[in-house]
Amino acid sequence: MNRIKELFNNKRRDILTIYFTAGFPTLNSTIEIIKELDNSEVDMIEIGIPFSDPMADGVIIQESNQAALKNGISIERLFLQLKDIRDVTHKPMVLMGYFNPIMQYGAEKFCSVARKCGVDGIIIPDLPLREYQAIYRPFFEANDLAICFLITPETTEERLRKIDEVNTGFIYLVTSPGVTGRQVQFGHAQTEALRKVQLLHLKNPVLAGFGISNNEGYKIVCKYVNGGIIGSGFISALNNGKQSISENIHQFIKSIKS
Amino acid sequence: MKYEIDEFGYYGEFGGAYIPELLYNNLHQLKAAYKEIATDETFIGTLNELLTDYVGRPSPLYYAKRLSEHYQTNIYLKREDLNHTGAHKINNTIGQIFLAQRMRKKRIIAETGAGQHGVATATVCALMGLECIVYMGATDIERQQPNVDRMQLLGARVVPVHSGSQTLKDATNEAIRDWIAHPDDTHYIIGSVVGPDPYPEIVTHFQSIIGKEIAIQLAEKTGNKNPTAIIACVGGGSNAIGAFHHFLSDEKVALYAVEGSGEGIYSGRTAATMVQGKPGIIHGSKTYLMQDGDGQITEPYCISAGLDYPGIGPLHAHLFREKRVHYMHATDDDALTAAYQLMKFEGIIPALESAHAFAALKKIKFLQTDTVVINLSGRGDKDLTTYVNNKQQ
Repeated sequence: MNRIKELFNNKRRDILTIYFTAGFPTLNSTIEIIKELDNSEVDMIEIGIPFSDPMADGVIIQESNQAALKNGISIERLFLQLKDIRDVTHKPMVLMGYFNPIMQYGAEKFCSVARKCGVDGIIIPDLPLREYQAIYRPFFEANDLAICFLITPETTEERLRKIDEVNTGFIYLVTSPGVTGRQVQFGHAQTEALRKVQLLHLKNPVLAGFGISNNEGYKIVCKYVNGGIIGSGFISALNNGKQSISENIHQFIKSIKS
Repeated sequence: MKYEIDEFGYYGEFGGAYIPELLYNNLHQLKAAYKEIATDETFIGTLNELLTDYVGRPSPLYYAKRLSEHYQTNIYLKREDLNHTGAHKINNTIGQIFLAQRMRKKRIIAETGAGQHGVATATVCALMGLECIVYMGATDIERQQPNVDRMQLLGARVVPVHSGSQTLKDATNEAIRDWIAHPDDTHYIIGSVVGPDPYPEIVTHFQSIIGKEIAIQLAEKTGNKNPTAIIACVGGGSNAIGAFHHFLSDEKVALYAVEGSGEGIYSGRTAATMVQGKPGIIHGSKTYLMQDGDGQITEPYCISAGLDYPGIGPLHAHLFREKRVHYMHATDDDALTAAYQLMKFEGIIPALESAHAFAALKKIKFLQTDTVVINLSGRGDKDLTTYVNNKQQ
């Protein structure tokens, strides 16, 4: 069974997903980070595929993408790194990447190699719903890969229902307008948006992301949806101070879960 | 309707809206507003009045006698350089500012390369009393300082962009990020026939006035509305589409688009997308773009900031695929030589972008009886430093 489905079958609340950029801070950090996350309270691991022009990302992820590309990461390299990853972790793994590198690699090949590595789901923020349905869906289905679409507080109910129909993993709720890595104050508007989505009782589980970087934000979104995704906050923490990456990771996860 | 957009926003296989869901509503709303005004008589009347009285349209079609003698053919220049703000860019911004008004947007953002689109946006924002923020690569700010001054004088805030190659591509990324963060109160005025659907269609619509005027003016001057050929420079491709669009279905009219090949197409420092690029996704559109084997978008180079872009509008990709338009290229040196020649023969200082179109004259053999129209998309005031420095060398 797809590990994302399995996860949500067993656990519906307080799902913590951590995003990090493959090949950052060093080319071979990818595996090291996955190992540490496996050995933590994190429920799901989201691996970012670096892109030269990440249009929905703020400065932290832009810079980690640039650095990772400089380190020599590519989809090809990433898949080599992930070849034996299922000996390392059994947690669900999701790849997140902008569409152009995937398209150049070949979407069909991308899906089949991802599956061989043990990847469970894919997030492609700039792949439109219509093109997914019209062209790419068979590649995902043939490889039992979940597709996870983004929604926002402004997404109309009609469109939400349509996305919910096509979506097969979890739905990625962007908490408020803006790129990744902003400090979002979870005020009335944000909680209202979360509540609105909660009340729709979507078929897919919902994880909230964009702007969650600490324990407070994580706890608030967990009240309304199935869990939260943290990316920029985690990436910033990786290179914090004089501690090792391992220490930084565990300290960060602990602070979120406290 | 071989060259028209389909119901999903594609020209053939190119186009679409490859954007994060965060922009879905904005594009949806924009498309609806555009459909509304495209047939709204009141809007069309107001727009035409401004195009006449404020922009100065129709722009003249000028018979370049000495240049024609030199090349042994008949060369007409479509004088977009004589528009208010000095380029064709205002045809689009003045249309889009009405769209913004219709959608009740209070804040306008734009990207700019050479600064011509930034100036044209700052101008219409001043005209309508709207806030204006222009994203511009730090490299471009340096090489197009006069336009930065103009934007600021007109009340715009110019935000320097330091990511990537600090040019047009990066300015566009930053404008998109701003729009993602301000979906409700902001309209993004894209300056070329690029970006997600419906932008290529909207900008094509507002720029196609150039070709319509060419047909009327040429008929008056020669008795034949169709030229033998039209030549235009192409970065994102808005002035070229503007000049070509009216003639697309008339296959007898040869169309030439000239890209900036920088230091040469194989030099690694070029912006010749049709030579070095392949299909992919850039700024929300499926089109040709310059990229490496892993799909990372590469940094372009061209002496002209307006052509210094690694992509090209999706309609161009389609016209290239269909072989309706000939895509050519001119180096920095070709463009400079052509610019100095235009100064010498006609007393006109062209924008560096437009100079690339003139460089094609040397490469195409025209007959003495041919009629050739060159779209002189902008004037060269902003490029004086480059012209002066290169002349001395």
